[in-house]
Amino acid sequence: MRALVVCGIVCFAAGLAVAGLPGLRDFLPQLLAGAVVTIEITIGGCAVAVAAALVAAMAKMYGPAPLRWLAVAYIELFRGTSALVQLFWLFYVLPHFGVLLEPMTVGIVALGLNVGAYGAEVVRGAVNAVPRGQWEATVALNMTRAQALRRVILPQAFVAMIPPWGNLFIELLKATALVSLITISDLAFRAQQLNQITFETVKIFTIVLLIYLAISSVITVGMRALEERAARGIGRGRA
Amino acid sequence: MTESPAPETSQPMVRFERVTKRYGSLVVLDELDLDIARNEKVAIIGPSGSGKTTVLRMLMTLEKIDGGVIHVDGEPLTHMERNGQLVRANESHLRRMRGKIGMVFQHFNLFPHMTSLGNCIEAPMRVLGLSRREAEDRARELLEMVGLRDKMGHYPSQMSGGQQQRVAIARALAMRPKVMLFDEVTSALDPELVGEVLNVIRRLGEEHDLTMLMVTHQMGFAREFADRVCFFYEGKIAEQGAPAELLGNPKEERTRQFLSAVLEAS
Ligand SMILES: Nc1ncnc2c1ncn2[C@@H]1O[C@H](COP(=O)(O)OP(=O)(O)OP(=O)(O)O)[C@@H](O)[C@H]1O
Ligand SMILES: [Mg+2]
Repeated sequence: MRALVVCGIVCFAAGLAVAGLPGLRDFLPQLLAGAVVTIEITIGGCAVAVAAALVAAMAKMYGPAPLRWLAVAYIELFRGTSALVQLFWLFYVLPHFGVLLEPMTVGIVALGLNVGAYGAEVVRGAVNAVPRGQWEATVALNMTRAQALRRVILPQAFVAMIPPWGNLFIELLKATALVSLITISDLAFRAQQLNQITFETVKIFTIVLLIYLAISSVITVGMRALEERAARGIGRGRA
Repeated sequence: MTESPAPETSQPMVRFERVTKRYGSLVVLDELDLDIARNEKVAIIGPSGSGKTTVLRMLMTLEKIDGGVIHVDGEPLTHMERNGQLVRANESHLRRMRGKIGMVFQHFNLFPHMTSLGNCIEAPMRVLGLSRREAEDRARELLEMVGLRDKMGHYPSQMSGGQQQRVAIARALAMRPKVMLFDEVTSALDPELVGEVLNVIRRLGEEHDLTMLMVTHQMGFAREFADRVCFFYEGKIAEQGAPAELLGNPKEERTRQFLSAVLEAS
């Protein structure tokens, strides 16, 4: 709820800034168009990150040896190198191997895989934090490991995963600024472009700052709400 | 009451044959031999660390076996015969064998994100392939039997320990096991809740064809309920026999010491 208040203040401040700065209406549409791209990449990237993290964590923990190795390689590779290099690699190097991807696709996949590598460890930690007795109960009930994971372990791990995932989503949002380096007109790119034309540096970058803050506030509030719902679903917080 | 000796043709329901379990250099079960007849109720007692829980966990396949063989219902539990040799069982054999056994844990281990009904229908639906209706009918009957008719929609966090443990018993029974394992199922409960759980177990024994193994510190319950009491000491059965005999007139000094220590504590 505190986040909600923060969000409100941010929007209010943003409104004030817009109203108080003459000439701003001229470049606000451009910035908002950039913001839409940024939001698209954030949403797509988050989806890729969650999927990659789940698959990698499950493979690393329960997969047969080759899959396990693949998962470890993925996690180490993407955690151990910079997101920018990963972006460049997918964008400039893959075409040499005949794989040509849309810039948007590259942005979403690269950032998603980057954050997914961290997310895999979040998933693993949350799964390991589920009490051993829960696993033992599934064995005593003759469930398969897949059934145990899907029906018993992951739903419980889910609650513990939400706050760290909130942080990762915000990391991803911030990293989207990198895609301006592979020809995508995101918020950061538009800002720079406008700045070069209008030299309204203070106004432009203040607005940009506020827009990023607004988006991350939405993520924070959303994840907080999700966490509350999930905690209720698990039978806690009811008593 | 003691059962008359089983005829030679009937196999024991559970047979431990020189079963050994080690953790590192610590020998927890030392070439244990133990036969349990069909429908027999066996109470396992003994000091902390004597291997009581380990016996149940090995039967539930929660622990690997380091030596010997366990037979359940005439078949090796964690081994299977191939070309006249015993080899380590594959997953499908293990799952078939696990289907014969149910276990109730000291700390209940209910699924916290499911209601008591949900806890009881999960495995019957997914493992046994029952329809939701069939599973719910079965679960309702069992929850009613354990006296929780009005708690079917409650989550574990909304119930007392005694109620949770009774749900756990119903959940295990819903899989229709032949052997039920109880590991100190009243130890985590407040004293006033012990009775309701023991009553359920008592009724189970009377109304169902079940082989029951229970680790317990409730000597009074063991005496009235069990057909046989096994006293464990350092991974072996130091003494066993009819409850009245073993609890009333133990032959071994170690048994006597243990029993008087338990008496003093309670
Ligand atoms: N996972 C494990 N790793 C190492 N040692 C273990 C493990 N589990 C059990 N042990 C040891 O094995 C021995 C037997 O344990 P077990 O749990 O069977 O005892 P118990 O008779 O049930 O005792 P209690 O009355 O305290 O429950 C103990 O010494 C215990 O410390
Ligand atoms: Mg024990």
